[in-house]
Amino acid sequence: MYNAKGVIIGIIVFVIIFASPFWLSWIGTDYTKTGVVLPQGEKQCVEDTEFMRANHMRLLDEWRDQALREENRAYVSHLSGKTFVISLQNTCMKCHNNYASFCEKCHVANSVYPYCWTCHILPEGK
Amino acid sequence: MKDSRRRFLKLAGISAFALIGGLGASGAQAQIAPGKYIPRPGGLKAKRWAMVIDTRRFASAEDYAPCIEACDRAHNIPHIPTDQNVKWIWTDTYDHVFPDDMNNHLNTSVRSRPYMLLCNHCDNPPCVRVCPTQATYKMPNGIVAMDYHRCIGCRFCMAGCPYGARSFNFVDPRKYLPDPYPNKEFPTRMIGVVEKCNFCVERLADGKMPACVEASNGKIAFGDLEDPNSSVRQALANNFSIRRKPSLGTQPGVYYLI
Repeated sequence: MYNAKGVIIGIIVFVIIFASPFWLSWIGTDYTKTGVVLPQGEKQCVEDTEFMRANHMRLLDEWRDQALREENRAYVSHLSGKTFVISLQNTCMKCHNNYASFCEKCHVANSVYPYCWTCHILPEGK
Repeated sequence: MKDSRRRFLKLAGISAFALIGGLGASGAQAQIAPGKYIPRPGGLKAKRWAMVIDTRRFASAEDYAPCIEACDRAHNIPHIPTDQNVKWIWTDTYDHVFPDDMNNHLNTSVRSRPYMLLCNHCDNPPCVRVCPTQATYKMPNGIVAMDYHRCIGCRFCMAGCPYGARSFNFVDPRKYLPDPYPNKEFPTRMIGVVEKCNFCVERLADGKMPACVEASNGKIAFGDLEDPNSSVRQALANNFSIRRKPSLGTQPGVYYLI
């Protein structure tokens, strides 16, 4: 090969730089660790953790439509059979009462900025 | 040849049947939550909620003050000292409240006392017709409700409402609320949405009467217009009552005993 030494070193350097996102991630922290602090005292949310993690926003959306438009202001959990009053402020935030160490941790890590709190009142807020 | 035509028709028939079935199935909206939605236990129910205000027992604007204060506290309504104020309940003079009345020589008491105003929760609400996002809608129990999440602040409803019952949030209402907020169980509103009286739909679901009715000491009746034994029907059966701008055909749910 013509100028083999230079070409091979060049290819190696290119591959190292090209693969930098992969090997740099070994040094950095794991993105799944958002540092969410779960509420004290309560073990179980309205549905199981997997469902809540993936679908809480869709659940809240459905809750709002059911409560406001269908006058169905209570939700019977599939998981525990318990009845919950549908309310972000008065049901969800009673357990998840620390916005900064629960909601915000995950939302910031995932770069989502919902504007719930321009109207709904946070427990520790004024 | 005959056989293949028969097979073709059979296949086409089955396909059409499957297609219709599929369309029907996709038409039913899928529920995300695995649980069940039910009405809140212990909530008050009616076929048609209505309010009867006994104006004979309210001599001055001060008499209405407890009702207005109770409403402001229950719904975190700010006092903005400009013409951009937000109001759910307010008072005005007879001429402004009942402009259809052509009688020049009314008795002095009727003419001079103030009248309480709020959303009329019409049977035919113009605000619902003009709302482009269905943020305002009529519930089966007669309450004209709002979903502030959907309000885009176009203010068509304010133009549509013949009673001036709607207020626009020109500024952030939180700046004009006391610290802490009066009612931590009810949300505030944000800049850019329209708001109005909701007949205390959240209190009815909790088994409570509306805040203004509770604060009125029996001077305001609230109940089911379809139930002949309800307090509102009794009040209407035994007294002379009027409604605002009846000629418009909106059929308000708020009655005034004169």
